[in-house]
Order: sequence, then structure tokens, then C-alpha cells
Amino acid sequence: MHRIKTLEMRGISKSFHGFYANKNINLKIKSGEVLGLLGENGAGKTTLMNILYGLYKPDDGEILINDKSVRIKSPKDSMGSGIGMIHQHFMLVQNHSVAENIALGFQDVPFFFPKKYIREKILRISRQYGMEVDPDKKIWQLSAGEQQKVEILKALFLEADLLIMDEPTSVLTPQESDDLFEIIRRMTEEGHSIILISHKLDEIMSICNRVTVLRKGETVGEALVSDIDKKELARMMVGRDVFLTFDKKPMPQGDKVLEVNNLVVLGDRGNKAVNNLNFSVYRNEVFGIAGVSGNGQRELVEAITGLRKSHSGSIMLEDDTITNESARVVNTRGITHVPEERIKFGIVPNLFIYENAILKKHHSSPFSRLLFLDYDLIKEHTTNIVEKFNIAAPSINVPVKSLSGGNIQKLIIGREIESKPALLVASHPTYGLDIGATEYIRKQILNRREEGGGVLLVSEDLEELFEICDRIAVIFKGEFMGVLSAGDSSIKDIGLMMTGSLRLDSENNCRTDNKDNGADK
Amino acid sequence: MKGITGSLLNYKIDVAPREEIKGWVSSLIALISLLAGLSVIGLIFLLKGINPFYAIFRIFSGSFGSMYGFKETITKAIPLILIAGGLTVVYRGKFWNIGAESQLLAGAAAATWIALRWGPFLPGGAAVPLMFAGGFVGGALWGIIPALLRVRFGINEVISTLMLNYVAAEFIKMLVIGPWKGKTQFGYPYTDDFPESAMLSILPGSRIHIITLVIAVAAVVFLFFLLFRTRFGYEVRVIGENQEAARYAGIDFFRTTVLMMVISGGLAGVAGVGEVAGIHHHLTYPESISSGYGFTAIIVAWLARLNPVLVIISGLFFAGILVGGDAIQISLNLPAATVNVFNGIILVFLIMGEYFQRNRISFIRIGKKWNR
Amino acid sequence: MEQIIISILKRTLIAGTPLLLGTVGEVITQRGGIMNLGIEGMMAVGAVSGFIVTFTTGNPWLGMFASIVMGALISLVHGFVSITLKANQVVSGLALTMLGLGISGLWGKPYIGKPLEMKMSAVKIPVLGDIPLVGDILFNQDPYFYISVFLGIAAWFFLFNTRGGIAVRTVGENPRAAETQGVNASVVQYLCVMTGGAFSGLAGSHLSIAYSKSWIEGMTAGRGWIVVALTIFAMWDPRKAFAGAYIFGGIFVLQYLLQPLGISPNFLGMLPYLTTLAVLFIYGISKEGHRKMNAPAHLGEPYIRGER
Repeated sequence: MHRIKTLEMRGISKSFHGFYANKNINLKIKSGEVLGLLGENGAGKTTLMNILYGLYKPDDGEILINDKSVRIKSPKDSMGSGIGMIHQHFMLVQNHSVAENIALGFQDVPFFFPKKYIREKILRISRQYGMEVDPDKKIWQLSAGEQQKVEILKALFLEADLLIMDEPTSVLTPQESDDLFEIIRRMTEEGHSIILISHKLDEIMSICNRVTVLRKGETVGEALVSDIDKKELARMMVGRDVFLTFDKKPMPQGDKVLEVNNLVVLGDRGNKAVNNLNFSVYRNEVFGIAGVSGNGQRELVEAITGLRKSHSGSIMLEDDTITNESARVVNTRGITHVPEERIKFGIVPNLFIYENAILKKHHSSPFSRLLFLDYDLIKEHTTNIVEKFNIAAPSINVPVKSLSGGNIQKLIIGREIESKPALLVASHPTYGLDIGATEYIRKQILNRREEGGGVLLVSEDLEELFEICDRIAVIFKGEFMGVLSAGDSSIKDIGLMMTGSLRLDSENNCRTDNKDNGADK
Repeated sequence: MKGITGSLLNYKIDVAPREEIKGWVSSLIALISLLAGLSVIGLIFLLKGINPFYAIFRIFSGSFGSMYGFKETITKAIPLILIAGGLTVVYRGKFWNIGAESQLLAGAAAATWIALRWGPFLPGGAAVPLMFAGGFVGGALWGIIPALLRVRFGINEVISTLMLNYVAAEFIKMLVIGPWKGKTQFGYPYTDDFPESAMLSILPGSRIHIITLVIAVAAVVFLFFLLFRTRFGYEVRVIGENQEAARYAGIDFFRTTVLMMVISGGLAGVAGVGEVAGIHHHLTYPESISSGYGFTAIIVAWLARLNPVLVIISGLFFAGILVGGDAIQISLNLPAATVNVFNGIILVFLIMGEYFQRNRISFIRIGKKWNR
Repeated sequence: MEQIIISILKRTLIAGTPLLLGTVGEVITQRGGIMNLGIEGMMAVGAVSGFIVTFTTGNPWLGMFASIVMGALISLVHGFVSITLKANQVVSGLALTMLGLGISGLWGKPYIGKPLEMKMSAVKIPVLGDIPLVGDILFNQDPYFYISVFLGIAAWFFLFNTRGGIAVRTVGENPRAAETQGVNASVVQYLCVMTGGAFSGLAGSHLSIAYSKSWIEGMTAGRGWIVVALTIFAMWDPRKAFAGAYIFGGIFVLQYLLQPLGISPNFLGMLPYLTTLAVLFIYGISKEGHRKMNAPAHLGEPYIRGER
């Protein structure tokens, strides 16, 4: 018996300390349906779903189940109403077994010896939906796909009729994604409904019945998937047509600054996160790396910037080997780094702006003389950066955390390109920023290119990559599926390459990149 | 997205993290916490049938109200300032050294060894600097152990420093009733008395060992510059505030952590030298050498908001409580542990005050849209 | 000879009883993600309140009850500061230690040197107590011993074989995961802290109304810190807490017995701390070891709801 025949969210608004994450959003779903919730990063998808799941309280609006208004104040309420959620980052306890993880929220489990009771049921339900999971395995022994199955089981145990899935395929291999879609199909056949949060058009087109599109916290469109095409959806999502073409003046390629040969880097789990990469970056060039995050981008960047040891292969900066040098040495040699998750890695929130403006440079002259720091010079330097990069700050004597995200990123980029590095490595530099700041950051990266620096840009944002890159390598599972440059006929297939379904052969690359002498295998 | 909301009649309490805090607001909060703590202490006295105003008056008149009391206060402030000064550095680096008590003992033991083994043979004036150097090295070496355990093996320093406190205390006991037991001490668990050349000179009419006092004040001023003007201080603060950013900035954790503990342990060791060479003139049971200075210094550092120079003031304050505690023990017939009530409650209120340092609490009328 | 061995073993179990109680309580607290270093203080409060109530009412059972209640109450200081105000748990625990030692000194002052008339005396269990050797050691003890054994086993059973135990351990590992499953992490943590406080209070009153039958200031004598060490030694498992508590209790007993043989009591006194460091070290060397240690992943870190 299904408790949720229809569910509707009406006029939902939510702000965090004065900043709107959701504004008057409407959404509707009925039994047996898969609703796609589409939008860019930061469009408010996750906030909306956290409201539906009772993790956040909306400022305004109501939720109706079977046309009756319900109050959802906590996950307990939502679970009671038949709503389940699978978070993007799994809510699992790594050190506990599958059975223990499932038993926690399941009210029908007896108080004593819960695992014994639940083991049987796990095997039964998992067979019903075609998921094989060993109830006694610890979570840390499972692959990402298996962990997701545990999350789905958790929801099914609670008899969730409506399942929210927050970017479920972002951590999965293509095979695992297919399995997931098969599970979703079986579930909808049984009358479950699913809200699928995604920013991947293919996924939405292949599995959803209807789609709701969010942009900047507001609903911008709603349609049956059968009535709409990808192009239309993409336009709704980003607000204008996406032109996948390289659109800036080409520059003559300069000298080689970075050369990566047969590089293998291990991930945190000991897997080959970067598998035998070969490529070079030249002066006057922005070399982009496209791909769904989690395909080795982080490990590659960390290896180049000295934050992670390489397993084998070599990294050369101009003519020096920098393989496995420390972050400090790499930085001194001329590689600077705009890290992903800027607040977590790039700044020290409680220190003053001027103290953050010399992070990494603090140990060398002119800021450091003998063992002392020259604070007058540091402040002068900071004032220069603040002025030059249009950073809106009340003063340089405030903690950097009081700046907005865009200004923090401007400070970081200013800090990293002020020294005119031979190579700038930038990871997701505009993620989560508003349009103004985004444009500004991109312009600064292009300036660096025109001044003669090399840039390695890692991004998930295709629009950004095509706007500022000279060449784009597509990474999938630690390997390049191909390197694209202007006029390449394969540009249109970049989506296929990102999902690992198309791999260009080396011939293809040599044709567009003669100077590289086939280094891009 | 931090924030808790609750409702109070038709008002909503909004707790939002502060983005910045003005210096005077921060000081005001610390002061209010202190006063709130004192009121609760007063309440406890009241429950015991003691007039709280009288008790608190007696404590501070005992420690600051007379020349004798004030001199005693300064005497007790010396180790507190030294240790707390060192703690401001490690705590800024988020390394929770709670083993200053045993680092003090290590310094005291090193000084004792130098005084007794070499004191009689050294030319005049050489023993004292050697003892201080030895005490610093002793405290530092003992302090490096938990630093190494942490950076090399990921062992929590809270636990390791705690364990090492007890190891050191038992070891010192073993020494003073065993191999180091003095031949001239009539069976007491003391080492022999230090030779004249290894005793610190005293301000006449008091127990203030001047050299250590000068070292203590110089040390905290030095630490202030170290923390806020040098590369090392910068790296300590970056590590303490954001480990990931420190890694990104290429800061050497190993070297910085070890160096922090050299400073913290070393200064605690120097405090130990002051106690044995300035006051006792022999090594004895740990509880006689240090009346919990290593722990009290934690509150001292906290009250000073981890600012080394302010440690002088908070150190005097807590030394005053220690001395005043002795005074009311006699005049009000209270147990020695009364001082602990003071320390405990003030510390609790200080860390409660931290919450208001970090968060802005505001009341918002329900129904009114809020946009800031 | 047989008498001596029986006596040593019996006294080992007695000396281990407060350690066991305190450790099991701290295991529960830390499994819930809160590190409470204030055990020494809570024990002292338990010892003094148990003594005062026993002294005034003449009923040691009431004294025992009072120590449990007072232990739980004083632990709320740490609970409030570390759970609700999300302050530094190390500092808060130290504050609780000082506070507890101070309050116990203040309250106990009038009772110093006054012996109890009614104390918790040994209860011989019928039949079992008559078994040779074992009977006298295991079944002729004071009620605290039986209670501590029962509570230790119950705590293990609770943590690993009940739904409540899963909730506690989940909160200690990943409070956000617990919240998404409808568990209120703060409530669980408060309950864990109070349980730890109650156990520590009980451990304290064992000292004053069963072990020494009098109140002396500072009578906990560092046992609270041994409990902190034991919690790690036991790797957060009540079963291993039994082994640890009795081994460390045995060291207490042997400290003075072995002195005439030339073994320094101070060296034995170091052993609990050295072995704990050794355990940390051996497991700390490898990644695999860290996993086997089983330390609650979220131990000592404040949980801020809704933070991403």
C-alpha cells in the first residue's frame, strides 16, 4: 500500500542569514513517477530537498501529501510520511556493518538483538530489487556503488514511497549507474516515486518522466521529458544557449612549461586515481581538464602542486624535475595553485586579510627577513592586491571570513597570479560564485595567458572551459579520453567522452597538436 | 549554515556565527563571564553559610591587600606566567598540551642534577645559567615526546601528555626516595640541598626569585613577538586555524609542532628550575614542587585569550586566588580544595563565554521579515 | 600461601571495581562522541555525596543512590558546555575535574575523620560462595562488586546488541547520519554524558562507603585519570574494560606487596600509564592499527547541526 499518491511543495522559501537559497518554489510529483530536479551547482536543489526531508525549516510555504497539508519538522516526520532521502555524501557509519547502519532508523526492529532480525529482511528486500548486499560487511569494505545500495535499502526499510536522490550517479561507474537506473525502474513499477537531483541532462532524459528546473533558487521551468529536448533544458538551466565552441583569439603557443610523463597517482583508497597520463602545457596557453569530478582531477592537481606523492612517472617544470617535491619547493619554482573548496584549503578564515594575502609566500623574501615577517611590506602588498583585483573589503585589517565568496576568491587569485608564476593551476575557480565574480576570475586567467604564463584549469563547467581554454583534455577514471582544440570535430561528443563512452585515438590528437610530438597518448 | 532557532513568546532567538568581533566586545564578554563565575562561586559560599562578599573580599585582601600577600602572589605568579605563556603558543597551534605539570618536573629534575652533580665544582655564577639552560632542555625534551607521537603516529596529545604527567610524577618520587635521596635529610624524601652557588637570589623579605621573574616577563614579551611578528608564529597560527590551508601552504607540520612543544615544554621546565632553585632548594615529591601550576596555567592562558602579554595579568589574578585561597583556609576554616572551586567555575564560565564570542545572539520578532 | 593468593586476588577485584565502573561509564560517554576528562571530579563528588548521605541516614544504599544522582547531575556541566555550547571538550573536562574536587572538598570538610557506622559490607552469595577458592574470591564480595560486574556486562550488551546501542555508536561515529535517521544526536549525547557521570559517581561512593569507609579529601587519588587511560586501553569495549580494570587494580595491590622484594612501587604506579601509551603506540604505527583501535570517529568534536 502506498501512502503517497501525490506530493506537492507550494511556495517554498528559505534564506540563510539574509541570503535566499529558495524563493517561492513549486514542485509536484505523483506515485510511479520519476521527477528530475535540474539545476546548476548552487541553484538551490539540495536546500529544497533538505526542506522536504525535514532537515531545514522553510521560512514560508507548505507541503501537501495527497492534497493534505503536512508539517515536516524533522527527518522523523518525513520518514513517518513515507519520504526517504539519499544524500550525495552517504550518511553511513564507516565502521559499522550494513545491518547496523540499516537497523538504526528502522522503528520495527526489536530493541534487543536488532541485527539478527534485520539480516533476513535485508536479504529478502535486496533480492526483490536486484541488489546484492552482504549484511555483515563493514561499510568501509564496500565500493561506492554498494554503499549507495545500502542507502537505498535504508530507505526501503522505512517503507519510503518517495525517494529523494541527490546526484546519485556522481560517485558511480557507468556500470553502477546502469544498475542504479534498473533499480529505479523496478521501484517505480512497484509504485514508488523518485525525485532525482541532477545536473546531467542525459540522466534526466533517460530516466525521468518529468523535470523541474531551478536557477538561482527559483523555479524557471517544468515539463514532461517527452515534450522537451536537451537543448531546451540546457537553455533553461543556464539561462541562455550553450555554445560549445572555443571563442577567443588564438595565441601562438609559447615554450613548454609543464610536462607530465606516464604519471600514476594513487587515490586515498590506494586505487590508481591518475592512470598513466601524458601531457604538456605551454606558455600563452590555458590547458583545460574537463570531466565529472571524482575522475582523478584532484589527485592530478595535488601531485603537480606537491600535495600528494606520485606513484610513478615524472612531472617537469620547464627543464627541472619536480616529481615528489614538497608544496613549498614546487611553489618556489613557479607553480601557484588556486585550490578547490576555497574556504577549506585556500584561506585561514580567522586570520586577517593581509595575513591571508601572503599564505605560501610568507616564508620567502621580501616578506620574511631572517625569521621575522615584514608586516609593513605585507600590508602594502595586500593593499596593492586589494586595489588591483577590485576586492570589496572594509579594510585589510579584518578577518578574511568577513568577505563574500567572490571577494575571497579574488583575493586568492590575486595572491596566486601576482607573482607571475610560470604555471597557474586552478581547480574549479568559479564554483559557486555569482556572475560578476565569475567573469572577473575568468578574465584574470586569460590575462595571465596573454602575459605569457601557462594555466592548467580543472573545471566541471563546460561553458567555462570552452570560454577560456586553448585545449581541453577530457578525463575519465584517471585517463584522458582525448584532447580537444579549436576546430576539432569531436567537440560535440565531449559529453560522450566525459562518460567514458568515446575515446579518441592518439592520431586524432597529433593532427591538432603537432608540436606536442604525440605526447598526449 | 550554522544557526539554531528557538522561540520565546513571540520572539525568535537567532544564533548566527559572528563574522568578526570588536576587541572591546570580546573583552566585555570575558569580563561578564568572570563576574558571572564569581557570582556562582558566591552562591556556593552562601549555601555553605558563608557570606560570599566577605569570602571573596578575604581572598583578594589576602593576596593583594598586604605587602606580604602581594609578594606571595608574585612568587606564585612566576611559574604560572612562564607555563601559561608557553601554552598560548601551542594552543594557538591547536596542540592541547596538558602535560605542563610534568614538563615542569622534568625541568626541576634537570636543574637538580646540575646543581648537585656540578654545582660544587662550577665557578661562581656559572651554575645558575646552566641550571636554567638544563631546565629548559629537560622540559623541552619531555615535551617533544607527545609532539613526536602526534605527528608521527597520530596519537592524541591530550591523552599522551596526561599519561606522561603521571609517568613523570612517579619517576620523580622514585628518584627522591631512591637513588637521589639526600644523605643529610634525616630520611625525608628530599634530595640534598643545593649548594649556595645554585640557589637563586631572593628579593629581601620575600620568596620572589628575581631572575625567574625577569625571565618570565621577558619570555612572554618575546612570545608575543614570536606569535605575531615572525614566520614561525604565523605558521603556528595557520596550522591552528586551518590545517588544510597549512598543508596547502607547504607548512612543515613536523618541524612546527616539535618547535611549539620545545617552547611550551621548555618554559614549563624553566618554571621548574625556579621552584627548586628559588624556593625549595632541593627536589622532593611532585605535589610539593608544583601545586598544580601546570593545570592552573591552562586557565591562565585561556583567561588571557591566548595572548602571551595578557598572561601577566591573568597569571597574577590566579596566583592571587591561590594565595587568597590559603588565607581563607585559615580564617574561614575552609578546605584547601576551595581554590579548585574557584578555578573550575571560572574556567567553565570562560568557555561558556567563548560561545558568545563566536556567535551573535539576537531576538527577532516573529512575523517580521528579516533581511540583513 | 593459598590464603595469600586468595587475599591478593580478592583485593585486586575490590581495587578494580571503581576503575571498572568509571571506565564502563566513560566508554559509553565516548562511544557517544563526547570526551569527558572530568571523571576524577565526578568520582570525588560521588564519593563525598555517598558518604554524607550514608553518614546522616545510616543507610549505605541511600548513599549509593545519592552518589549516582550527584554524579549524573555534575556531569551536566560538561554536557551543557560541550554539547549545547559546543565548547572545547578538553578544557571543559579539566574544569569539571577542578570543580568536582573543589566542591567535594568543601562539602566533605565537616566529615573528615568521622568513620561510618553503617557501611557496605561483603555479602556472601549462598551456594556459590561455598565453592572452594573461587567462591571466596568471586562470591563473597561487597555489593558494589556484583553491581559493577552486572553493569559492565549490561553496558556491553546494550552497546552491541540493542538498537539503542547502535544509536549511541552512530552518534559517536557520524552524528549527521544519526540525525538523518531520526535520532536526536544532542539528546543521545546528553544521556551518554549523564550515564558516564552516574557510573563515575557510583565508582566514587565505592571508595567512601565500601573501600575505606571514611571521607578523606582527594581520596580518588588519580583514579579518574586511570579511567581515562583505561578507556583507551579497553578500546572502547566494556568487555576489555574488565581485563584492564582488574589488571590495573592488581597493580595497585601489588605496589606495596612487592616493595620488600625491591620492586619500586612507583615503577608499578607508572605501569598503567606506560601500557596505555604502549597500546596507543603499537596501534598508531599502522593505518590498519588505527582502524582496529576503533576510536569513535567523531570523538571530542562538537556536532553542529545543519552544517554542511
